Amino acid sequence: MKHDITSIIKRYNDDPTRLMDILIDVQSALGYLSDSTIEQIAKILDVSRVDVVQTVSFYHFFARAPRGKYTVYLNDSVVAGFYGRENVKEAFDAAAGIKFGEVTADGLIGLFNTPCIGMNDQEPAAIINERIFTKLTPAKARILISGMKAGKSIDQLMQEVLESNAKPSLKNSMIENNIIKKGAVIFSDYIPGSALKKVLNLSSLEVINIMKNAALRGRGGAGFPTGMKWDVARKIHSRTKYIFCNADEGEPGTFKDRVILTAMPKLVFEGMALAAYAVGARDGIFYLRNEYRYMREYLEGVLKEMRADRLLGTAICGKKGFDFDVRIQFGAGAYVCGEESALIESAEGKRGEPRDRPPFPVEKGYLQKPTVVNNVETFGSVVRIIQNGAAWYNGMGTEHSKGTKVLSISGDCANPGIYEVEWGFSVNDILKMAGAEDVQAVQIGGPSGSCIAPNEFGRILAYEDLATGGSLIIIGKNRDLLKDVVLNFQRFFADESCGSCVPCRALTVVCVKLMERVIEGKAAKTDLDDMISWAEIMKKNRCGLGQTAMNPVISTIKKFRELYDKKITAKDERFNPGFDLKSAVSDYDAIVGEK
Amino acid sequence: MTDKKIIATISLAGCFGCHMSLLDIDERLLEFIELVEFNRSPLTDIKKITRECDIGFIEGGCCNDENVENLIEFRKHCKVLISVGECAIMGGIPAIRNTIPLKECLEEAYLNASTTIKSNDKKIIPGDPDIPKILDRVYPCHEVVKIDYFLPGCPPRADLLWEFLYALVTGKPFEFKYQTFKFD
Ligand SMILES: Cc1cc2nc3c(=O)[nH]c(=O)nc-3n(C[C@H](O)[C@H](O)[C@H](O)COP(=O)(O)O)c2cc1C
Ligand code: SF4
Ligand code: SF4
Repeated sequence: MKHDITSIIKRYNDDPTRLMDILIDVQSALGYLSDSTIEQIAKILDVSRVDVVQTVSFYHFFARAPRGKYTVYLNDSVVAGFYGRENVKEAFDAAAGIKFGEVTADGLIGLFNTPCIGMNDQEPAAIINERIFTKLTPAKARILISGMKAGKSIDQLMQEVLESNAKPSLKNSMIENNIIKKGAVIFSDYIPGSALKKVLNLSSLEVINIMKNAALRGRGGAGFPTGMKWDVARKIHSRTKYIFCNADEGEPGTFKDRVILTAMPKLVFEGMALAAYAVGARDGIFYLRNEYRYMREYLEGVLKEMRADRLLGTAICGKKGFDFDVRIQFGAGAYVCGEESALIESAEGKRGEPRDRPPFPVEKGYLQKPTVVNNVETFGSVVRIIQNGAAWYNGMGTEHSKGTKVLSISGDCANPGIYEVEWGFSVNDILKMAGAEDVQAVQIGGPSGSCIAPNEFGRILAYEDLATGGSLIIIGKNRDLLKDVVLNFQRFFADESCGSCVPCRALTVVCVKLMERVIEGKAAKTDLDDMISWAEIMKKNRCGLGQTAMNPVISTIKKFRELYDKKITAKDERFNPGFDLKSAVSDYDAIVGEK
Repeated sequence: MTDKKIIATISLAGCFGCHMSLLDIDERLLEFIELVEFNRSPLTDIKKITRECDIGFIEGGCCNDENVENLIEFRKHCKVLISVGECAIMGGIPAIRNTIPLKECLEEAYLNASTTIKSNDKKIIPGDPDIPKILDRVYPCHEVVKIDYFLPGCPPRADLLWEFLYALVTGKPFEFKYQTFKFD
């Protein structure tokens, strides 16, 4: 065992900044990270035990106790809930004879919840030993558990529950791509390397100017102008610079990066190489969320092919001095790691806590060197812009939003999946395309975005109106918006806050408690007023997570006030209806034996 | 002097530190009692509120049912209720027990502590109609009744208490300085 750990750490040159990889590999070899394992890792890396513990404890896929030979992580997303997750959960519970959060006494099966795993178009889904099982039903859950008890392999288990009409997008997988509408930028014909060849005759400044002329804005959510970001990195004098691709895709409801990576991986890696050319970087890091670990072999294979075709590696396309390669860095389950400075911290082997800015990552990023972080879709768009020119790209979209946007559409509609559309489509257009009827609300941009009501469905998707990273969750009239959606989202934020900022750490939890009370009909009108006033305080948090963490409550209080008012029944506002003296003293009565 | 504001004060699950801080306004106390009349308060030793009050000054959170009863009495009879200090606002030191089940707390206090382990040989955890019932956890005041103002600090500084109460009683404007509520 000691030997295992030593040789794994050797693979990473005893480098403590590679702690994430080390922990992932050690856990995969030993099943979990025991105290003594942690002790040994610390010793070999020559860091303190606490340095290792703080990283381990931050990520929810790191296990400090055994989680079973078969570990089931059942997705806890809103849409999984729509599609019968509770029944699947109960079937797992009953068949395994344990509750979620537990491991069977023989150590065979562990059942756990996990936040959105990027499969909203094929729910309910679960990760079992790093592989993804989609469209689960109670019957399938029972088949899986009995297969586990019979010692079947993951491949066998998958065969047993795969539907005959399924169209998996990768070998040994159940996952479908569901690309329903292809657009001109991301999902169109592409010859790998064509953009790289074209750029060899251009200077780095010329490449950046093309991005500026195309008015490309980042697709990760914030919409920052890509050319401008690259230009800052280009101008900084440093022998070492890094290109990061952000494939953390943690925003619940978003799954477009998964599909882009499955269908067009070379497009994305080529985009990274173009960025490297433009800013003068040699090293690329592709930060992929752990939920997508099933793609590892596939993506490693793609990288290998690209190296063989001289689209990566040294002297790319034969140009001397154009050297760039990419390594895949896995996360270990933490939404906040999608925030670019947290992503960098994580890639350095630390807790994924966002940094204070300035300095921005383009100035001092990974290992304190200038670092460009862009989203998967941004890199994909870069390639097309080089291929077809800024004017071509500019011709699509609206005044302030050029090109196309890849949307992840899920929830109550006939055709959930991936839609690439030009910016400027209205919500109504999209609902029609997706085959959605009787819509109560649409959640735009995930929990950190906003929830809009039917009277706003004429609004358009564009930075100038509804800016979005591309997730639309359609919520039907039959859903309990407060319980099935808002409460789920608020719990998500309470779980995912990194805890650095007091308001984010504390108010997310208080907000969940209050929402529970609202739903039980035990809240006062003043509780709503309180929540509205806290949203202002939350804007002072360090990163986007905390700044938007009360959006689910606030946007629904604004747009669906009547749902809240119906729940507020207290007559006398002077007394808090959430407090119940009888239940508060019931423990004591039981202890002293009073009836 | 009929235009004096009526104030009532109480220490629930607190340490009296907040009341001490009120006394720390020193000579301004003389000015204060020109402006207000104290009704129920440890300072007057009046045990029940005897008339409708303008201001209720609450120190401490609720750790037992008597605290709840008193807090409700204050809410019924005071126009404005102020949570004074960390304990009233958040539960404070007493709320450290909130992470431990009540049974364990009581066992530690009455059965296992070195001071009681010998004397309590019948292993009794006291329960009697004459003694208040301990709540499952310590509640901040606003979880029980509506609170109008929160004065942070442990205790809030005498100057803060004075400036705030003076403004409240005289109707003059009052501004929280950033330092009074900044985080970290
Ligand atoms: C809490 C949080 C989560 C984020 N998650 C992601 C993500 O999963 N993917 C992503 O590309 N950007 C994410 N971002 C945005 C990144 O910080 C960053 O702006 C983006 O990766 C920059 O790339 P772009 O300019 O190409 O959009 C997140 C931001 C925050 C605050
Ligand atoms: S806002 Fe929340 S998630 Fe972001 S740094 Fe602060 S505590 Fe962490
Ligand atoms: S806030 Fe501080 S001073 Fe006031 S009662 Fe609590 S412990 Fe005592």
